[in-house]
Amino acid sequence: MTAVEDAPTTAGIGHRMLRKEDAKLVTGEAKFVDDIKAPGQLWMGMVRSTMAHATIGSIDTSEAEAMPGVHAVYTGEQLAELGLWAAPLPCAWPVTEDMVNPPHNPVAVGEAKHVGDILAVVLAETRYGAADAAEQVIVDYEPLGAVTSIEDAMADDVMAHADLTTNKAFHWPLDPNPEATAAAFENAAHVVKARFIQQRLIPTPMEPRGVLAIPSPAGGEVTLYSATQVPHILKVMIAATTGIPESKIRVIAPAVGGGFGGKLNVDADAILSVTLANHLGRPVRWTETRSEAAGSSHQGRGQIQHMEAAADADGKVTAVKVHLDADMGAYMMLITPGVPLLGSFLYTGVYDIPNLSFSCDGWFTNMTPTDAYRGAGRPEASYAIERVMDMVAGEVGITPEEVRARNYINGGEFFENHEAASTLIFDSGHYRPAHDKALEMADVAGLRAEQARRREAGEKVQLGIGMCTYVEICGLAPSRALGGLNYGAGGWEHATVRMLPTGKVEVVSGSTPHGQGHETAWSQIIATKMGISPDDVTVLHSDTATSPLGLDTYGSRSLAVGGVAIAMAADKVIDKAKQIAAHQFEASADDIVFEEGAFSVAGTPARSVHIQELGFAAFAAHDLPDGMEPNLQEQVNFDPPNFAFPFGTHVAVVEVDEETGNVELIDYTAVDDCGNQVNPLIVEGQVHGGIVQGAAQALYEVAIYDDQGQITNPSLMDYLVPSAAEMPSIQVESTVTPSTSNPLGVKGVGEAGTIGSAAAVINAVCDALSPHGITDMEMPATPWRVRRAIEAAEGGGS
Amino acid sequence: MEVSVTVNDVSRSADVEPRTLLVHYLRDHLDLTGTNVGCDTSSCGACTVHIDGRSAKSCTVLAASAEGADITTIEGLADGDGLHPMQQAFHECHALQCGYCTPGMIMAATSLLEEYPDPTEAQVREGLEGNLCRCTGYHNIVKAVLAVGGAS
Amino acid sequence: MIPAAFDYVRAASADEALAVLAEHGEDAKLMAGGHSLIPLMKFRLVTPGVIVDVGGLNGDLRGISVDGDTVRIGALTRHSELEHSAELRDACPMLAHVASLVGDPAVRHRGTIGGSLAHADPASDLPAAAIALKATLVARGPNGEREIGIDDFFTGFLESALAPDELLTEIRVPVSTGGWAYEKFNRRAQDWAIVAAAVADGGNGVALVNMGSTPLRAAGVEAAVASGASASDAAAAAADGTSPPTDNNGDAEYRSHLARVLTGRALAAASG
Repeated sequence: MTAVEDAPTTAGIGHRMLRKEDAKLVTGEAKFVDDIKAPGQLWMGMVRSTMAHATIGSIDTSEAEAMPGVHAVYTGEQLAELGLWAAPLPCAWPVTEDMVNPPHNPVAVGEAKHVGDILAVVLAETRYGAADAAEQVIVDYEPLGAVTSIEDAMADDVMAHADLTTNKAFHWPLDPNPEATAAAFENAAHVVKARFIQQRLIPTPMEPRGVLAIPSPAGGEVTLYSATQVPHILKVMIAATTGIPESKIRVIAPAVGGGFGGKLNVDADAILSVTLANHLGRPVRWTETRSEAAGSSHQGRGQIQHMEAAADADGKVTAVKVHLDADMGAYMMLITPGVPLLGSFLYTGVYDIPNLSFSCDGWFTNMTPTDAYRGAGRPEASYAIERVMDMVAGEVGITPEEVRARNYINGGEFFENHEAASTLIFDSGHYRPAHDKALEMADVAGLRAEQARRREAGEKVQLGIGMCTYVEICGLAPSRALGGLNYGAGGWEHATVRMLPTGKVEVVSGSTPHGQGHETAWSQIIATKMGISPDDVTVLHSDTATSPLGLDTYGSRSLAVGGVAIAMAADKVIDKAKQIAAHQFEASADDIVFEEGAFSVAGTPARSVHIQELGFAAFAAHDLPDGMEPNLQEQVNFDPPNFAFPFGTHVAVVEVDEETGNVELIDYTAVDDCGNQVNPLIVEGQVHGGIVQGAAQALYEVAIYDDQGQITNPSLMDYLVPSAAEMPSIQVESTVTPSTSNPLGVKGVGEAGTIGSAAAVINAVCDALSPHGITDMEMPATPWRVRRAIEAAEGGGS
Repeated sequence: MEVSVTVNDVSRSADVEPRTLLVHYLRDHLDLTGTNVGCDTSSCGACTVHIDGRSAKSCTVLAASAEGADITTIEGLADGDGLHPMQQAFHECHALQCGYCTPGMIMAATSLLEEYPDPTEAQVREGLEGNLCRCTGYHNIVKAVLAVGGAS
Repeated sequence: MIPAAFDYVRAASADEALAVLAEHGEDAKLMAGGHSLIPLMKFRLVTPGVIVDVGGLNGDLRGISVDGDTVRIGALTRHSELEHSAELRDACPMLAHVASLVGDPAVRHRGTIGGSLAHADPASDLPAAAIALKATLVARGPNGEREIGIDDFFTGFLESALAPDELLTEIRVPVSTGGWAYEKFNRRAQDWAIVAAAVADGGNGVALVNMGSTPLRAAGVEAAVASGASASDAAAAAADGTSPPTDNNGDAEYRSHLARVLTGRALAAASG
């Protein structure tokens, strides 16, 4: 029986319950980091490198220091002398034994390695004073050659770090059966080769990052408010980096305005605010400005993908070979080197492709470090295989939907526990229903007729239809699997469920929300499990003092790991309450039934006690079974046995103005399967947002660096996050194939939209342009780029 | 310099530097932190408030220029204790996730309905061109604004 | 991002503004809606010593009136007022339409037509509309008022014929209800034009956005239209004599191509 079928008439699992989080957010009552003030606070301002690679000569801080309201100015050298930290900023994922990981000081000493690298820190009494003072610090640079692209790095002529002899950081292979892969290529009727570029993206949560560190000088404790996705990881890493005992550190993520991976890091500002607050005995704060973020927060993607696929005469793909050259940027941040590898297992997609050969080289450049961004490695993989499937279809002369149908795992029919070529076990899948539903909803047949009409008429604005049938790996993650990948931590999640004396329930979640609606969803899980109103549930989270254990929110893991932990902890509370009920009824616990929140003895429903009444009994402890501890409070640390593998079919429809090159996304249909759904309203919202982020990669967004390593579009005036005016309505539906990886049968949906949409949109663009013989289009498909492709295909200039 | 305004029907004043941006005047000097800052370039709309009844990006207005103006922020949008219909519609349509763009988006949306009381979907999308959201894909925001528009 | 410190004068009258400008010379900067100036000040690309705020002035500096065959627009009239003015929609619908495409609604509630013209940004919409409409601008300075023809107004990148001690007070455009069109090509609705083409009076006035260091009149196109050329033939001359910029959105060649395409579409729409 699935959890959805368990749903009671309350607003429990499976219901479109409106969010508990909203009231504070729609009224402006919610407090984000920059909304919180601390008496005596100092504003930190960063002096950032304006050069991509340079030796730092003298740094003149005298003018800044002399300004009224300036409390102190520190260079990297001065801070190093003060000994405020014990270790460089951490990289938690050394992907190989011999990975190169140059030290990354919170403030650079001697050498600036990317535009935005911090060279000095000012502390001033006001927000405006800190901005003024930072501008008055004069840095003497001696320029060094800068590595400003992956190709530059691979040439190995110029070093991104002056003391290295190669820019290559690591080589990581995944090649389970090289002989079989080679044989598949030898015997192939068709071989498709492609090179795709995953451009650098700026994550751009609408709330910029920020920190506020409040010291307690006498006690030695420090509290850090941080706009972070990962307060628990941050706490551990601050302890490891600064040497401050973990027990003295409290990290609070207050209201957090989105993350998308962009707030999944241990950044210099966190370390600086904590150590300087302790050093100065005053609160220290910093709020990132949007234009600063291009150099102060990590970026996403940044890969060149070399893909080869072997197929038989019918378009059945028999092997895929992949090599990635991945741009690490200037330093290894928290999981920089691991991001491209997260996609390695997905290059065979939803298909029964028996052979996979994968390798990745990581390269240092003098650009902002890369790290997680929504999907982290998996959108890249999905893009590559889904683009290649269209190319195979083109080679064989069949439609994109037909090539997919011929290659689905188990022919598109239901399966459980499928071992993919990567050796991972896909929990469950049933690909054909989503495929059929999406094609029907989008009216692909009708669209093809309209496309033919426009082509026939030679109209200026042509139609393109693109599909993507993705699978993703989420629910990160089984700790053993992470250990096998040399990741520095586990993948479990913590939950505590306690019934308070008044019958209200307090849930402590180690999973940390920043827009996902955990308070609502966790309340729904408790409501279904315990048969109580979700209004009687309070969720404590995002504060290491009230929720000391947790591994936080990324990798679409909250529900599939953290939510499951809550359900399991609730079961344990119910179990204990059942024993108290049995004791009260003088019956055996085996004879007690639990229905809609009430315990009764089987066969005598008239006599019953509600679980909320037992909260007080357990608290008063006047009459508990012999040997039972007081209170109804249970905890679970759930470590999933496997990942979860959501999937779906997306269809994008674009119009391409062939004269201007403009591409407009006019329609989008998504049929996703994330297993059982706790709250379909929230699921749809995640899908909508994810789709737009992926479509934005396809059409709008790219961090553009010039050959000096300067980012030319750091502000939101030039970094084109699309608005409502550029995006269409989105048709969303779902199928439900429960996961076998957890007792709720849930999978995860936070990244799904992004993983499906970039490929669908570019497939549509290429479909529109196919009469010109155009088979590929680099992202973002800007009007200029599209127009140049048309002109090149026409064999002349405009 | 002393800058006095009426904010959410209350007279307020503060002594600020002439260069103080209206958004910092509201947030840092009047403690009205519901209005957020998301960019430097008047691009994102997180800081949208109403000045004399019309939407404005408070990061691109000097507090000094607002002297004597009647300003409404998200904190003062609703009458009494309940939610404004637009706030209610955002809640009911799940038109927010992280909620950071939401105050600005709601202020822009209410101003939009002043100009186009019963807008089409295209008018809503165009009308919200200056407000960026990274979570919702706009789908449910547009739905919420249309719901209020159609109801009025 | 925060502007560098400055002194602030809120002008109570145009004369007071002129007096402050006269006193401080180039160190002073006029501010109306602030939507061109404040972004530059936040990046500290502009650091005036004195801001003279004329945004609060009303009277004849603000408003739209039709006087015979001339439309008079106070320089402090906001974009949203142009956009929604029934009078302007009747007398000069193109200007109302172009105003509705500037920035976004919040920007249009603050930004003014005078500020937009005085800022002289080649990528902005209203200057090109003013060229196509053959506007006349009125400036007031220490020596009284003078009229400046639009073709003499834009002198360089972000530079106009306004003297540092002058205030733009009025924009005059002829009543113009002949065929018109404005073809704006940008990535996002709120963005500046990559290129745009403005066509007024059935092709009698044609201007281009972002095709050089100033907003430009497409004189070759106008001449071709005058000699009876078809829309597509006339549009072929759109990029002649221009030096369009290269940036992330396109190079000179692409912009020239866009200028021809957009001008052709605008001419066709204006005659349709």
